[in-house]
Amino acid sequence: MNTQLNAMPNAPLEAQAVTNAAVAATRPLYWSIRRELWENRSLYIAPLTIASLFLVGFLISTIQQMPKMRATLVDPAQQRAAIHMPYDVAAFVLLLTAFFTGAFYCLDALYGERRDRSVLFWKSLPVSDLTAVLAKACIPLAVLPLFAFVVILATQFVIFLLSTAFALGNGFSAVALWAQLPLWKMWISLLCAIVASALWYAPIYGWLLLVSSFVRRGVFLSAVLPPFAIGVVEKIAFNTHYFADMMTFRLTGWYSQAFVPMAPGAVSPADPLTQLTLGRFLSRPELWIGLAVAAIFLAMAVRLRRSREPI
Amino acid sequence: MTVLEAHGLRKAYGKTIALDGVDLRVDEGSILGLIGLNGAGKTTALNTILGLTQYQGELKVLGRNPWTERKQLMRDVCFIADVAVLPRWMRVSQALDYVAGVHPRFDRAKAEGFLAKTTIRRESKVRELSKGMVAQLHLALVMAIDAKLLVLDEPTLGLDILYRKQFYDSLLNDYYDRNRTIIVTTHQVEDVQHILTDLMFINRGRIVLSCSMEEYESRYQEVMVHPEQIGAARALKPMYERQALGRNIFLFDGVDHQQLAALGDARTPSIADLFIAVVGNHSGETQGAAR
Repeated sequence: MNTQLNAMPNAPLEAQAVTNAAVAATRPLYWSIRRELWENRSLYIAPLTIASLFLVGFLISTIQQMPKMRATLVDPAQQRAAIHMPYDVAAFVLLLTAFFTGAFYCLDALYGERRDRSVLFWKSLPVSDLTAVLAKACIPLAVLPLFAFVVILATQFVIFLLSTAFALGNGFSAVALWAQLPLWKMWISLLCAIVASALWYAPIYGWLLLVSSFVRRGVFLSAVLPPFAIGVVEKIAFNTHYFADMMTFRLTGWYSQAFVPMAPGAVSPADPLTQLTLGRFLSRPELWIGLAVAAIFLAMAVRLRRSREPI
Repeated sequence: MTVLEAHGLRKAYGKTIALDGVDLRVDEGSILGLIGLNGAGKTTALNTILGLTQYQGELKVLGRNPWTERKQLMRDVCFIADVAVLPRWMRVSQALDYVAGVHPRFDRAKAEGFLAKTTIRRESKVRELSKGMVAQLHLALVMAIDAKLLVLDEPTLGLDILYRKQFYDSLLNDYYDRNRTIIVTTHQVEDVQHILTDLMFINRGRIVLSCSMEEYESRYQEVMVHPEQIGAARALKPMYERQALGRNIFLFDGVDHQQLAALGDARTPSIADLFIAVVGNHSGETQGAAR
């Protein structure tokens, strides 16, 4: 910090004070997020591994399928579906990977530091519990989605290059292939999907962080069993499944609300942006209730981190 | 200036009373040794001072309430809670980066200077370092922070004698000055006896002895009494009597030094011996009261 301050000795004092205050407020958050990335290398190794595996699978299947495809794909809609499929599957698989990576990260985030007693080191520094918990919440809510977006983009770009090479090698027209791929629109649609899912899953991440902030052992079961038990008890007691429905909606709702649901067997339209229904997504009360619940869970996690001692 | 002031500090875990109305005052520039058995309340006392645990009673550290103002307090207070709390996955360079990033009073060049005197490599992970090296690293981080109060809870537990000596030597030579205050708890009291300015014994959540080291040296005398003088020694009401190598050793509180020198070989007792005398007596009293 001193070096930065010394670097601008001529800045007016008042402006410098304002900058200092802003720097002072965000620096601990920035460094706390960085240290999470140092500690949890699986956050980027997992998506990268899955992306590489996917590309290997794509390469093998394309080599095998290419001769057949030439014979069967005469219908333009079918052709489009076949061209789009790997892009959609790649996005889906990597979003799922990001979700699971984030979920397991959250489960360990406030538990691991108490188990290895390193919380005593973190707490010996002038970083508030609020900053520490916010930094941890930023990982599944901002860092992982952003990273997943970049990895998906890169994966899809490699798919694009590979399929172009194959098309040329097998006598297809590359221009005809590209005409079927509105890449920019696909990527805007993807960005919406990633933001929507992160916001929609916020209460799930909040819950996992909350559980990891207080349990003494068995984090995974402590996080999963209570919702499961509520569902079972409701089913037995009232023979209803409101809670189970709510949980299912929490897992799938962002997709069914932010996009036009596709009927089974339907072919994706030429313009992916026509599928977007952001207005409907943003007007779902479940979105805002979910965010409020996430905020409550995080506030509780902050309080618990303050008072819990190492295990 | 008073760095720390506590009145009627209490803390209970369920039915176990860890701190039972502790009154404490620590002045700037002192090096206070807090000595007690396991479970006597040392760590609880330190945790309340560091804002790690809630408490009842009044407590001000550098004028702040540690529980509600931990973050602000940690700019002026440093602590080493244990020999093994540095995260094992962290690299030495990352530890330096992180502390430099979050602590406005961390002097990185100073920390690098301390590390240069050790064999610790920047790219090593904490898990690859020996226990003594982890303690060196933690001390290097802490000494490079311009703090007013440093709290050490068993900082040398499990370290060999060489590392322990180095630890306290660098603390005293490279860190301590009259504007800083250090509170240390340890079982290895012989390591700290010569560096303390103040001494406190804690037993069963209470302070059972509190004095400056100057006072300690003038008040307490240990005398290896000549056999023919034993009766005379007992008449002076020693606080403790023990036998070693066939000689009777008496511990006196506030008896004239010249008078004691006549009885045998007199010297300042070790903190460990005084602790046994004080706490041994006290546990006897409490047991007696319980009966």
